[in-house]
Amino acid sequence: MSPPLFAFLVFSACLFSVGFAGAILRRNAILVLVGLELMLNAANVNFIAFWRYGPHPQALTGVMFALFSIAIAAAEAAVGLALVIAIYRHRKSIQTEQFDSLKG
Amino acid sequence: MDFIVKYLWLIPVLPLAGAGLSALLKPGQRRLAAALAIGPLGLSLLLSCAALAATLHHGAETGLARSTQDFEWFAFGQSTVRLGWVLDPLTAIMLLVVTFIGLLIFIYSTAYMAEDEHFGRFFCFLGFFAAAMLGIVISNSLLLLFVCWELVGLASYLLIGFWFQKPSAAAAAKKAFITTRIGDVGFLLGMLWLYAHSGTLLFYDGGHGILEQSTVTHLAALTTIGGMALSSAISILLFCGAIGKSGQLPLHVWLPDAMEGPTPVSALIHAATMVAAGVFLVARVFPLMSAGPHPGALEVVTWVGALTAVFAACIAVAQDDIKRILAYSTVSQLGYMMMGLGTGGVAVGMFHLTTHAFFKALLFLGAGSVIHGCGGEQDIRKMGGLRKLMPLTFACYAVGTMALCGIPLVFSGFWSKDAILHSARHWTVSQIPFYLGVAGAFLTAFYMTRQICYVFYGKSATHAHESPPAMTLPLAILAVCAIMVGFLGTPIWPWFDSYLSGEPISFHAGRLLEDGQLPVMLLSTAVVFAGAGLSAWVYGKSARTSRATDPLEVLQPSLFAWLRGKFFIDELYDATIVRLNAAFAGLARWLDATIWTGAVNLVARLTRAISLLDRKVDEAVINQGFDGGCEGLRVSGQWTAQGQNGQIQRYLRAIAVGFCGLLLLLIWGCR
Amino acid sequence: MPSELVFYPLAALTLAAAIGAMALRNLVHCALSAAAAFTGLALIYLDLNAEFVGFAQVLVYVGAVAILIVFTVLLTRGADGPWRASAFSPGWVTGLAITGLLLACLVLPVLMSPSLKRLAPPSATAPVADIGRQLMTRYALPLETAGLLLTAALVGAVIIALDETRPVPPPADQSLPRRKPQLEESPR
Repeated sequence: MSPPLFAFLVFSACLFSVGFAGAILRRNAILVLVGLELMLNAANVNFIAFWRYGPHPQALTGVMFALFSIAIAAAEAAVGLALVIAIYRHRKSIQTEQFDSLKG
Repeated sequence: MDFIVKYLWLIPVLPLAGAGLSALLKPGQRRLAAALAIGPLGLSLLLSCAALAATLHHGAETGLARSTQDFEWFAFGQSTVRLGWVLDPLTAIMLLVVTFIGLLIFIYSTAYMAEDEHFGRFFCFLGFFAAAMLGIVISNSLLLLFVCWELVGLASYLLIGFWFQKPSAAAAAKKAFITTRIGDVGFLLGMLWLYAHSGTLLFYDGGHGILEQSTVTHLAALTTIGGMALSSAISILLFCGAIGKSGQLPLHVWLPDAMEGPTPVSALIHAATMVAAGVFLVARVFPLMSAGPHPGALEVVTWVGALTAVFAACIAVAQDDIKRILAYSTVSQLGYMMMGLGTGGVAVGMFHLTTHAFFKALLFLGAGSVIHGCGGEQDIRKMGGLRKLMPLTFACYAVGTMALCGIPLVFSGFWSKDAILHSARHWTVSQIPFYLGVAGAFLTAFYMTRQICYVFYGKSATHAHESPPAMTLPLAILAVCAIMVGFLGTPIWPWFDSYLSGEPISFHAGRLLEDGQLPVMLLSTAVVFAGAGLSAWVYGKSARTSRATDPLEVLQPSLFAWLRGKFFIDELYDATIVRLNAAFAGLARWLDATIWTGAVNLVARLTRAISLLDRKVDEAVINQGFDGGCEGLRVSGQWTAQGQNGQIQRYLRAIAVGFCGLLLLLIWGCR
Repeated sequence: MPSELVFYPLAALTLAAAIGAMALRNLVHCALSAAAAFTGLALIYLDLNAEFVGFAQVLVYVGAVAILIVFTVLLTRGADGPWRASAFSPGWVTGLAITGLLLACLVLPVLMSPSLKRLAPPSATAPVADIGRQLMTRYALPLETAGLLLTAALVGAVIIALDETRPVPPPADQSLPRRKPQLEESPR
């Protein structure tokens, strides 16, 4: 028996929340990016689930979307981590509360 | 004739231009200053001769010659103000008198004022005076005449007060100006009244002028206060100006004081020309004065003149300053001229004006020569025996005296004074002016002889020398004129009369015997010799002995004191009018200091108070309000900016909350 | 057809791994836990007949992203501050509250919507050939754009992370003009 669609959606929502919680609660910049990746992955789950349970699976729309999302997310992770390294070199620290120069 | 009339305006303008240029000169350029005065006046003299010739020529053809030239000065609304000049026999005669005598006096002044440091200024003012006087003479408009009248008054002020460092001279100049000004108020009122009725102030305007038939009869027909004809009332007002300018009673007080000015000034202005301007004015507006069946104005003129003649002659008897005697004599003779105008007409008055101009200028220049020769001394009691020391001056002075007294047949004064007495005798209104005139003749002879005795006879009290030729030559010329001019107006050949009126005349010796001429002549001759003889008897002795006290003073001390004190008219004026004026001035000063100044201060204080209030409002309300507003904005901005702490995680939280809100809105909104 | 037996356990494991990734103190543990979460997700994709996506997930996320995270953790050692300090930012209560709100906002609509209670259609395949065909035709432009983006990201990442304190070696050819060595001091 297949799980109903809303199970996948609820799972995806929980995964998204976990990722979001980590993004706003952890003090290390790297872990903020990890949380970001989790959020993106949760969205991918939604896409695939809707593709599978949707009316036209042969159009492969959900699959394509997920693929591109993976690619883009990877690139963005790379750039983000490069930034973290650069910041570390400058400030010798990657604690997010120390980077408040944009405060107004 | 028209050619001359077109350029008639040059006659006053040339001396004016000379005076203007002279004003720009440096103090050292004396010769140039004199040249700038004498040259233009010489040219004006030539032009005046040409004008006289033109009138003679024209008159020979067409009777009375008169030509005018007008121009428009300005227009207001419908009416225009026109000015212009006129050339007629009256103008020509007066022009010649003024320019000829003026030129002689200018030449005399180069020697008289040679030691004065303000030589240049003197000639500048003289030129200015000549221009203004000539302006009066040629003017065809009563307005232009008035303007030049006032300018002549100004020139007189400047020249009387020439030595303004002397307080008495400055005071005399002020007195002259103010006194003549009082007369000018009447003049102005008359002018305005005339303008109101006639709408023009031109004398001759092709039939519409104020002296022409239509206007004159119109004005004579209207009556005003006291049943007087309008023309008479206006004429009396105009005569007020003449009273002031010609020193008639009661405005005579300035003329003796005007002797503070240099002697050439006294000769030119206060003997020959300016004071004669009043007489000239009466002569000019004579058609208006004599209009109607009972010309009241002429009666006023005659009475004023007669009274002045005797009054001034009385005062002259007791004066000791050589110039002052001559000044009072001038006042007296001006009275005679007025009497002549009132009783006999233009020709009678103008003839005496002409002869008087010559012999009075002669007398004044002679007095100047005496003063110059005595080193500045003016008191006759300190002079004496100048007959031998200054023979030329004595001879000329004697001629002048005889002309003034009216020694018969030879001297001009006899003919002109006689004409006056003759017309006074035949005056229909009253005989009193005639008797006053006779009394005046007696007194004139008396005081002139007194003066001669004191100055030229007796032992010489001072060290004197004859004057230079520049001074004695004009004297000689004037002496000749003083004799020759008289022959222009004898009853045998009344050329003067016919010239002015335009009627033809003939030479008729028999005229001496008709019309009551001879009795009057005999009477006047007798009176003159009586006066001269009495004076010679009284003063001839004292001239040789002591001259500390006047014999008359010993005889009648109180009467003499009154005469010497000029009947205390000055003191009377001082106590009444001057004091009243001073009181009014004090009141005006008080008003100005307290009320007007107070008002101004009040306004100033009010303005300051308003400005202070404005400042307070500006500071408190506007500045504070604005600052407060800005401050509030800043504080609120600062408070709001606390939300931006630079922490990304806080931003993320905010985004999430906002996202949730949107989501709920979408879901519940779409339900 | 996705099966309940597979899905629910896998979902639980993945969630646990995710929570671990976010909650553990040691950074390396977090990284490894994240890798485990990614793997769990890959398996869920396989269960949903999206094989290609699943393998791509493993390759990319586990094989690249997780490794990258580990590298970064290792390169930024000693940046955690004193041992006793909290790993979580202050105000974590508000954060959890907001997260709860978010979860509620996401879940409640899902649970309240009846159309989402459906079951899976019997079969669905995502053949690689079809994916390839789609990429070359319908999604050609996104493909090329993604390529461009990846290139830019690659170059950008290299430049951002470049260590600028090392001196540049002199050029081999002596005839060329010398470049001045770039010595940029990084502020300490």
